[in-house]
Amino acid sequence: MDRLPLILSTLCFLLGFAATLASLRTGRHGLRRFHVAMMAGGFALQTLFLLQRGRTIGHCPLTDLFEVLAFLSWSAALFYFGIGRAFRLSLLGMFTAPLLVLLQTGALLAPIDPPHRLFAPHNPWVQFHAALCVMAYGAFALAGVAGVMYLAQERQLKRRHLGVFFFEMPPIADLATANLRLLWAGILLLSAGLASAASIGMAVAPSVWTWGAVLWGAYLLLSLARRMGPRRTALFSAGAFLLAAAALCLFNHFYQGGGL
Amino acid sequence: MQILCLGLSHQTAAVETRERFAIPDTELARALGTLGSLPGIAETAIVSTCNRVEFYAAATDVHAAMCSLLQFAAERGKCAPVVPKPFYALKGEAALGHLFRVVSGLESMVIGETEILGQVKKAYAAAAAAGSTGRNLNKFFQRAFNVAKEVRTSPAITRGPVSVGSVTVDLAEKIFGKLAACRAMILGAGETSELTAKALLSRGVKSIFVANRTFERAASLAAAMGGEAIRFDEAARRYPEIDILISSTAAPHAVVTRAQIAPVLRQRSGRPLFLIDLAVPRDIEPCVNDLDGAFLYDIDSLQAIAHQGMEVRRKEIARCETLIARHVGDFHAWLTTGRPLPSHAEPGTAEPSLNPAAS
Repeated sequence: MDRLPLILSTLCFLLGFAATLASLRTGRHGLRRFHVAMMAGGFALQTLFLLQRGRTIGHCPLTDLFEVLAFLSWSAALFYFGIGRAFRLSLLGMFTAPLLVLLQTGALLAPIDPPHRLFAPHNPWVQFHAALCVMAYGAFALAGVAGVMYLAQERQLKRRHLGVFFFEMPPIADLATANLRLLWAGILLLSAGLASAASIGMAVAPSVWTWGAVLWGAYLLLSLARRMGPRRTALFSAGAFLLAAAALCLFNHFYQGGGL
Repeated sequence: MQILCLGLSHQTAAVETRERFAIPDTELARALGTLGSLPGIAETAIVSTCNRVEFYAAATDVHAAMCSLLQFAAERGKCAPVVPKPFYALKGEAALGHLFRVVSGLESMVIGETEILGQVKKAYAAAAAAGSTGRNLNKFFQRAFNVAKEVRTSPAITRGPVSVGSVTVDLAEKIFGKLAACRAMILGAGETSELTAKALLSRGVKSIFVANRTFERAASLAAAMGGEAIRFDEAARRYPEIDILISSTAAPHAVVTRAQIAPVLRQRSGRPLFLIDLAVPRDIEPCVNDLDGAFLYDIDSLQAIAHQGMEVRRKEIARCETLIARHVGDFHAWLTTGRPLPSHAEPGTAEPSLNPAAS
């Protein structure tokens, strides 16, 4: 029953997504407000779930892939609320909601949540490191969403064929800015996470360090490479999230059983 | 009891004619009082905007009321008391349908615009406050507002730009967001580029450079728009300073090349560049559009988008007319036979859909 808030949260995001689709079809802006309310409700329920789970296991809820996915989804929702009302009301929410539904449905349906154990108190710095890293992935996930939106908007502008969603999309310059800001937020969080791991001399396999460093380097280059152009930045931020997701699975595999 | 409407609009009269008959807010109460006291008129309301002047009346005697309206309009415009050409005189269902279309934005210069609804609401409120409306006009105007609301449940009636100027402005806003930080440049001071630049300025573009082969022409246009005139051969050097380039020269070859724009884009740190080519033959090399961050539109592509917007709205108009015709029938029956008005959009009633996807 402790999964109930997460199930309800997933339903909220699903309803929010449906409301945006309906508002695009009918032009009823009241449905947009309903969408934001559903996103807020879903975020509150996610938070409740993570709090309850943390209390139950006596540990930051990052002890298995199920919890990691729930935490990642919460981080993406946090960044979604953090990057401004204008983006939320102009379809970013519509693109974010299905990602959250996908992450949470995957977490709920896959057999990746073994029976709870009570963990011995861990070094809080280790938990801090894990939380920072997963939050960084949340920012990268949303950067990927902004990247996909940029590419969709750019395609319509370049081809001079404006589809039904065109006038609902945020300005392409704002998407490029949001993309870059999210990349920067992610790289700062990841840097802090890796630095905290290094400062406490966390014992990890060399492959994990290598992956972490590759990921950090790739995102750092992406954030710095302004001359690369907004299109390539958008393309790489969408693609790099796949790399981040792969890294996350590797780290989880490495830590499985011990808790992060 | 019949509803009458005597009016003129942007469709029938030029602005010089409209302004002769316009009634400013300060004179509205007195005009309503005068109109209401004329023979045959039981209730009255006046809609006076920059695009239309219309006198509505609930008439006990149709002929006398129409004569009164004409007399009033003639006095107002200082002309003979016969129907002057730009006026339309409507009665019964024609008058009902007319107001329903007006408040729905179907009679507006830009079809589907929403400002007119607020203007008619204001006119009705003024008439109600002056005590010149009664049961019939109250019901009529309130019904009209409901119809407008129903019509606007369809997003397509207001969605999308319908002229080259509005396409340009909408595209600029979709590229940059707020235009307050944007600088534009006109290359070749033609009429279309001037109109386009004015449309951009009206949406808050920060500043405009004007470059023309004849510097004096550039200077005069720049002065008219509050911009800065530059020499034509200096224009390329100023490209890094601008966000929007409107080109409309009479040159027989491209004057803006990929080789000029590519380094400019590299200096812009990812900020896009919007290029509008209004010239025939074209001024800007088409391959500029392939550059990352450059968005090039020529006159054909702008017109195609405007046409697309107009087509969407035209299709919607047909659906709106069906809905309005039903409301006119219902209201006319209420007015003439006292048959109760059906409450609109009740669940389960066969409401004509305004949504293309639903039909």
